[in-house]
Amino acid sequence: MSGEATLRPDIIENTPRVSEFRRFFRVFFNRGVVVFGMFIILLFVIAAVFAPWLAPYNPDKIDMNNALLQPGKAHWLGTDSLGRDTLSRTIYGTRVSLIIGLVVVVLGSIVGMALGLIAGYFGGWTHAVVMRLVDMLMAFPMLILALLIVSLLGGGIENVIMALAFAMVPAYARLMCGQVMTVKENDYILAGRSMGANHMRIMLRHLAPNCFPPLIVMMTMMLGTTILAEAGLSFLGIGVQPPIATWGNMVNDGRQYLLSNPILSFAPGLAIMLVVYAFNMVGDGLRDALDPQLRGVI
Amino acid sequence: MTTYIIRRLILAAIVLFLVSVFVFLAMRLLPGDPVLMYMSASSVQEITEEQLNLVRHQFGLDKTLPMQYLDWITGVFRGDLGTSILNRSPVMQEILRRLPITVHLGILAFIIATIVGIPAGVLCAVRRGSWLDNLVTTLANIGITVPVFWLGILLIYLFALYFKWLPVMGYTSPFENFWLSTKQLIMPVFCLAVGPIAGNARQTRSSMLEVIRKDYIRTAWSKGLRERAIIMKHALKNGLMPVVTLSGMGVGTILGGAVLIEQVFNIPGIGRLTVTSVMNQDYPYVQAIALIMAISIVFSNLLVDISYGWLDPRVHYD
Repeated sequence: MSGEATLRPDIIENTPRVSEFRRFFRVFFNRGVVVFGMFIILLFVIAAVFAPWLAPYNPDKIDMNNALLQPGKAHWLGTDSLGRDTLSRTIYGTRVSLIIGLVVVVLGSIVGMALGLIAGYFGGWTHAVVMRLVDMLMAFPMLILALLIVSLLGGGIENVIMALAFAMVPAYARLMCGQVMTVKENDYILAGRSMGANHMRIMLRHLAPNCFPPLIVMMTMMLGTTILAEAGLSFLGIGVQPPIATWGNMVNDGRQYLLSNPILSFAPGLAIMLVVYAFNMVGDGLRDALDPQLRGVI
Repeated sequence: MTTYIIRRLILAAIVLFLVSVFVFLAMRLLPGDPVLMYMSASSVQEITEEQLNLVRHQFGLDKTLPMQYLDWITGVFRGDLGTSILNRSPVMQEILRRLPITVHLGILAFIIATIVGIPAGVLCAVRRGSWLDNLVTTLANIGITVPVFWLGILLIYLFALYFKWLPVMGYTSPFENFWLSTKQLIMPVFCLAVGPIAGNARQTRSSMLEVIRKDYIRTAWSKGLRERAIIMKHALKNGLMPVVTLSGMGVGTILGGAVLIEQVFNIPGIGRLTVTSVMNQDYPYVQAIALIMAISIVFSNLLVDISYGWLDPRVHYD
């Protein structure tokens, strides 16, 4: 995406050295969509954390007398076929999506980065074996790999998390490995080794921190991808099981009442799209802000 | 070039072998005895240990794991993908019946993604910063984030239920009723193509922007060539390299998307079969489908790698 932020000649000339942090923030907040993305993420995080206070009703409370209400004063987004408040369920659905997204990204990235670090650092056979395994896992579409694992383990939040985290490991491993192979050629790695640092110390203290920037970008984007994949699994009825409100199974439940109550499917789907869009835009912004080619220029 | 292709082929073969081992082990690592999967719950109660051993022998499950793998993989090469747990029918037969449907959808989506996405990206790069660029970029950003199943439902609501222009769902073979088939395909193919269109447009735009700054493009301008010739002949061929990689990955996106889209539009392809088999815990199907999808992705990646050599003679393969 618009790879380079605006290169204003006055800035180039007048600022010989800008602190890394200030440069980062300037580039990062320079673009409207990035700020918009941050704002959306903030909104959803607030919704997830304060769900019990924000949701007007109990999301699981069945009220058959008020089933399939149209949006109105009492129920802003109407109610579903069991009389549950759509707005409340959408707000609570934020929790499931964000928590799964976060845990999956943390788990998947730790395992993936560790594998990539080891493969890239030791090279040779280790590299060949790990990378062939990565190739193997990457031959499966993510959703198919997740489905395969969920079909073996069964549904439920923990298994969905395991399946999605596993499906993401190869992407992190490959990126990390590539990073390590470039970074390890630096003189400071040689310096570290000549000072007698062992493999572990070189990998964790010298290599990993310097490989990190592109991985932060990837983790941000993966948050969106995970949320999308989780919604897909729930939509298929294979992920997180009802009655827990998730955006995916809400979209699916609403399908039967599409003609009379389209909002039942529309609202949670819009939430998915907004949050995934936000994470993607922030990821784009991070990439521009962390781009080493722009370092010292803006 | 030939050595490069041979190397790629060997790598692909290794990956395919690993894929088959993974799929095989995923089956065998199931909790419980694989023999019990082939028996209904009631007969398990009555069966004796001896009978169980007999069945185990019949299925070759008393052999060592590598031997079992060998049995399984030779079966796969002979086109025997096992039998369904649910209805005991051969898995291969059902897959052959459904695969063409998914391939039909997928190829259409892939073609559309290419002929819409790449020109859109070129247009954005050439008219950078214009309202057109902003519009297409925004649409592309939305396109890579929209949940396809939700988009499908939106389209059904709009075009099938509200305007009543298109049939709600279903699939008809184009050889049976071409007009109906086309009408039924419009929405699902669009949904499948949205992600790849957006991805192609984004990638083409950014790699074209990079290429346009190169010296040889400036040379082309100063020679007095027309914009059209510069873009089409000089910039595009170099700018397309990363797009080719992305298109290759698009095959996976489309196959994964088919699982969701076929469910939304009630299309009896491989994707829907995946969902029903996972739900029914009909593992032989899940195993076969995972294998087939992985094989097609390995092959499309191979094609991408080889087309690199054709697109870019600078690529030296060591």
